[in-house]
Order: sequence, then C-alpha cells, then structure tokens
Amino acid sequence: MAEIVIRNVRKEFGEFTAVQSSSFKVEDGEFFMLLGPSGCGKTTTLRMIAGLELPTSGEILIGGEDVARKPASQRDIAFVFQMFALYPHLNVRKNIAYPLVSQGMGRAQVREKVEEAARILGIEDILDRPVGGLSGGDRQRVALGRAIVRDPACFLMDEPLGALDAEFRERMAEELRALHDRMGATTIYVTHDQLEAMQMGDKIVVMNHGVIEQFGVPQDIYDKPASLFVAEFIGSPPMNFLRFHGALAPGATEALLGHVPAGLPALREAFEGDLVYGVRPEHVRLSDAAPYRGEVLATEYLGTTQVVTLATPNGEIKARIPADQPARTGETVGLDFDGRTTTLFDAQSGRALRSALNEGVLHG
Amino acid sequence: MAEIQLTGVGKAFGETAALDDVSLTVPDGAFVVLLGPTGAGKTTTLRLIAGLERPDAGDIRIGGRSVLHDTPAQRDVAMVFQQYSLYPHMTVRENLAFPLRSPILRTPEDRIARKIGEVAEVLRIAHKLDNKATALSGGEMQRVSIGRALVRDPAAHLMDEPLSSLDAKLRAELRIELKRIQASLGATMLYVTHDQVEAMTMATHVGVLDHGRLVQFGTPRQIYEDPVSLYVAGRLGLPRINALPAGLWAGAPAGAATIGLRPEHVAHDHGPPAQVVRVERLGDQTRLHLALEGHALVTLADPHTALAPGDAVPVAPRNPLYFDAAGARIA
Repeated sequence: MAEIVIRNVRKEFGEFTAVQSSSFKVEDGEFFMLLGPSGCGKTTTLRMIAGLELPTSGEILIGGEDVARKPASQRDIAFVFQMFALYPHLNVRKNIAYPLVSQGMGRAQVREKVEEAARILGIEDILDRPVGGLSGGDRQRVALGRAIVRDPACFLMDEPLGALDAEFRERMAEELRALHDRMGATTIYVTHDQLEAMQMGDKIVVMNHGVIEQFGVPQDIYDKPASLFVAEFIGSPPMNFLRFHGALAPGATEALLGHVPAGLPALREAFEGDLVYGVRPEHVRLSDAAPYRGEVLATEYLGTTQVVTLATPNGEIKARIPADQPARTGETVGLDFDGRTTTLFDAQSGRALRSALNEGVLHG
Repeated sequence: MAEIQLTGVGKAFGETAALDDVSLTVPDGAFVVLLGPTGAGKTTTLRLIAGLERPDAGDIRIGGRSVLHDTPAQRDVAMVFQQYSLYPHMTVRENLAFPLRSPILRTPEDRIARKIGEVAEVLRIAHKLDNKATALSGGEMQRVSIGRALVRDPAAHLMDEPLSSLDAKLRAELRIELKRIQASLGATMLYVTHDQVEAMTMATHVGVLDHGRLVQFGTPRQIYEDPVSLYVAGRLGLPRINALPAGLWAGAPAGAATIGLRPEHVAHDHGPPAQVVRVERLGDQTRLHLALEGHALVTLADPHTALAPGDAVPVAPRNPLYFDAAGARIA
C-alpha cells in the first residue's frame, strides 16, 4: 500500500494539451476520485499514473519513488477498466488466477489467493463457471477479483461502473466502497458521475479542460466551490446562479439583487463588475413575506422533498423544499436565501470570491 | 386525445407469462408511468397497446372502442422507442415532417412548418433543422425522435424509456419539458421507465408492475406514502426503504414480520443504539450507514453531522410501515 504524489505533471498530444501542469497527493489507503466531464483529462491522468502514457513533464511518485519513466509492469498497480476484458475461453477461477500464473506463482498458493479474493467478493459459488453466461455485475466482480489477487500497491479504476444500469450501479458502488473499507488499499477512481464521486470518495479532484479546478473532501467541494464550473458540476440540481452587476467592499455581508439585499458570508476581497450570486437549491426558502419575488414554473415531487423551478428577475432558479409545503405553478412567491451558505463568483473568470465561508479552503 | 383501457389482458411468450390479467385505465389527458424492474412487463404493455403484439386474453380500448383488430396505424398512437430510429437520409426537418405527410393525415404545408417550428423550439433543436439526422449527437437524435411523436396529434403517446440514453443534465431538463408539453397539449401519455425520479416527478398516476401483474395504481404520493406491499415500497425512494425485523422495536401490530422505515423516517433522539459503519456525505444530505443488532440500515442526518464510523447513535421509527411475512402491507 502506498501514497501517490503527482507533481507538476503535464501531458501534450501534439498541439493539444490534455493535462495542464497538475499536482495533487493521494494519501495511503485513500479512496480518491478524479471527476470531470469527458475530455477533461481525468483518464489521461490515470493512464499516466498506470504507466500507459508517459507524461510530457513532471513527476509521479508511488510510495516515495519516482516512477514517471518506468514501464507499467514495474509500478505494482492494478488497473480495472470500464469494459471489463475477461478471457472468454477461461472460467472464472482461471481468469482471476491469470496474473498470478503468469508471474510464475506456485499452484497451491494461486489456489489460496484466488479463493481469498473470491471470498472477499462473494463469488465463491461461481468459480468454476465459464465467464460467458455471467451477469454484468458478476463479470465486474471477476474483473475486480483479477485486480485484487495481485495485492498491488494501489488500484486504478476507469469508470468501472459506467456500463451498468442505474439501479445496479448504486448497489455496486456500495459494494466497491465496502470492499475498499475492508482492504484499505489506495485507490484512484475516474468518473464523470458527480454522485458516484461524492458517494464513494474520501477526496475528489475536479478537472475541466485539463486543469484541476478544485481538490478536497466532498463536503468542502459541495459547500465551498472554487469556481462556477465546480458549483454547477456538483449537486443535483446544481447550484443556482443569479447574475447581477455590483460593487462590493471587503467585509460586505449583503449583495443587491435588483434592489433587494441578499445575504453573504463576510467578503474578504473587493470586487466591482459582473457577479454571480450562487445559492444551493436547499438553501432557497419560499416565504410569503420575503421581498425578492419569483414565479413558480414547475414543481417536481420527490417523496419527502420537491424541487420547485422559479423565474426570478436574475434568471431561472430551483428550490428544494418539503413536499408538503404548497407551491402551485403560475403563482408568485417570496424567496429567501440562507446567506451563510452562499458564494459570490466573478462572472468573467468564474472564480469564487474569498469570503468567511471559503477562506480556509480556497487558495490564491 | 383519448382514454386507454385494458381489461384482463394476458400475454405469454412460450412458457413465460409476460402479462397476467392486467386491468388498467389511463384517463384522458393523464400522464401514466409504468414502473418496474427489467422483465416486469412494462414494454410488453406498450407494445400490446401500440398493436406490435397481440394479447392472448382480454380487451384493449382506445377512446372507448376496442382496437384488438386494428392495425397499428389505425390505432392512432405515437410511439417513442428507447433506441431512436430516424431516417438517416433525411434532414431533421424532413424527419419531423414525415408523420404529418402520411397519406392518412394529409396536413397542409403551412401547418407542417408551424408544428415543426414549435416542437423544435421546445426540444432545443431549432438550430439543427437542416442537418442530416446522422450528423447529430445521440441526445439530439433522441430529441428528434420525441419530436416526431409530438408533431402529431394522436389519441395517445406511448414512450419507452425515451430519456435513458441522455446525460443527466439533459434528462433533468427534458423531464420538465415533457411534463409541460403533455400538460399544455392535454395529451394522454403512457410512459415506461425504471428511473424512479422520472416516475415521481412526471406522473399523474404510477402503475407498479411485478412479474406481469399490476400490483398498485395511484398518484406518486399514494405509491410513496401508502404502498400496498414491501415490493412497491422498494420501488420509490432513494436511498431505498429499510426492511427490518418488526420485533426490533415495541409496538408492531399482530402478524407483522417486517417493519419498513424510509431513511427520512428514523428519529435519532431516542431508541436502541446503532453503530455508525460509514458516513456518506452527498453535499445536500448525509447518509448514515448503521448496524443495529446485526442489521444494516441507512438513515439521513444533518449534512454537517459530526458522527463518525464507530460512534453509537439511537434509532427509533417514525411513520413506520408494517408488512406480513409475504410482504403484504398490514399497517
């Protein structure tokens, strides 16, 4: 098991820069998520850690040793792909045993290792079945088994649940995380699904266009987004953006939306220009007395809560409120924002302004 | 627009009973969602109504008239499939116009142009009207195939997981759009999905299918709050309802084998202690994975709870549902 350090790693494919100079650290035993939309550089980053791509510049340290120029076979990692490539002519046991057999491990030890992996994954009863007839979930478990038996320093996973349907994905995600908690192996996991990242990760790196937008624990990334991109990418529905123009001084605790003051955590820098007031749907309350008004466009029942879409003078927003609170399409209601939780962004650059809320988390 | 009525419909494929004695009314102008896992009979129901399959038993009426002997075209329903099927040699505009130009409808050209304009606007494909259908992304192709159903004015719309191939963001937008379009047209809609968020947010009525039988039919709120069985209770709600032995707490009615507790229906201020196994922070909510006398359960906590694995937390039911040994609801 090992700690992984990425230092100023950069990757160019010809003219195209897939990964801009990136740095982050994965602690020993962590479940670490690389999150972003397709084309953001997350898979390229993972492939460089695996040794399937060579970085254009920078260092990759696994357990303190720089492996950036070493071939994949010398890195002591196990890679699980989205398309679990099993050997179709071998049965489950032989598929899992394959990496050990090819290392030349003795037969008795292989048997013991395979059975241990099968026990961890709960697939002991299918060991002698051909892989052809297996369900998607069992195939994925076999692919995991093949990674586990090698006892590597770390696991690298590239959207391993991407090919599964929604209901089953939820279950496999829980299973994977429970497996990690039992084994404690350092794991780097690539996904474009923000819920998966929040659900499973100890830490998350959010990437966009080859740049790391934010790096931190899930709750901080949700509560204190560093940029408009992160605020919109994380959360479902995502953070609401109310656009306005204004001038604010350090220490300000209000922004003027039209003529109505909206609360802020005390601002730590001055700003004048086009701004975005960011507020999460669960921090928008419907209250008759509130002076800021919006018209209800749609309501979506979700059991205990409902999501209400509203038109406001600063754009469309969504509120998550209790399902038993009345909200009718077409009516105009007052809106109240929980000012302690909001974030202001520079509309031009997308950068979050520093405030009492996020100053401990954001740098620069 | 018209009412659809199924009475005692049965359908078997060889040995497998796909549908068993299903009676169901889709009221005129309703948005009915059929919910169930793969193999429950959802798609078969749609295909029987569309006329793509023949029932072995029962009657199917559209607008009060039995359609068992009608061809699919005579039934005047528009169907959208999970896999979009567009004419590859035509532009988006020609694809959308195609159903209106059918010899049965004989729509005037100015009306065709207006309809296409409206639908393209709603589905946000107006800027792609003159593209070849094959020059679109998967999401755009699916919107065109939904559009091809919407340009018509059929007795009913039948949709089979039309949003499942789209990404999460577009899916969320189209959920609201589809619902709005259906309500403003007053269209009768029968919609198949296994996405429970789609079922809860769009439906006026939800029908829950289990192995070819319709086990409950009602508003999303009735299905969520008043399920007839443990099976139905498990279809809606994320995280899923906890099913625990009824004897874990006092107060279970006679005959209760299982207590069903939705994660949001667990109080943490009194009751027997459970161990925290894992704390899952999703941002807007935090899920606690707990172990109570060897049983796993999931509950919701304040997003910023200080609880950590290994801590003990009391748990007590709030608004519990009780089920007998066969899974039927008894209280």
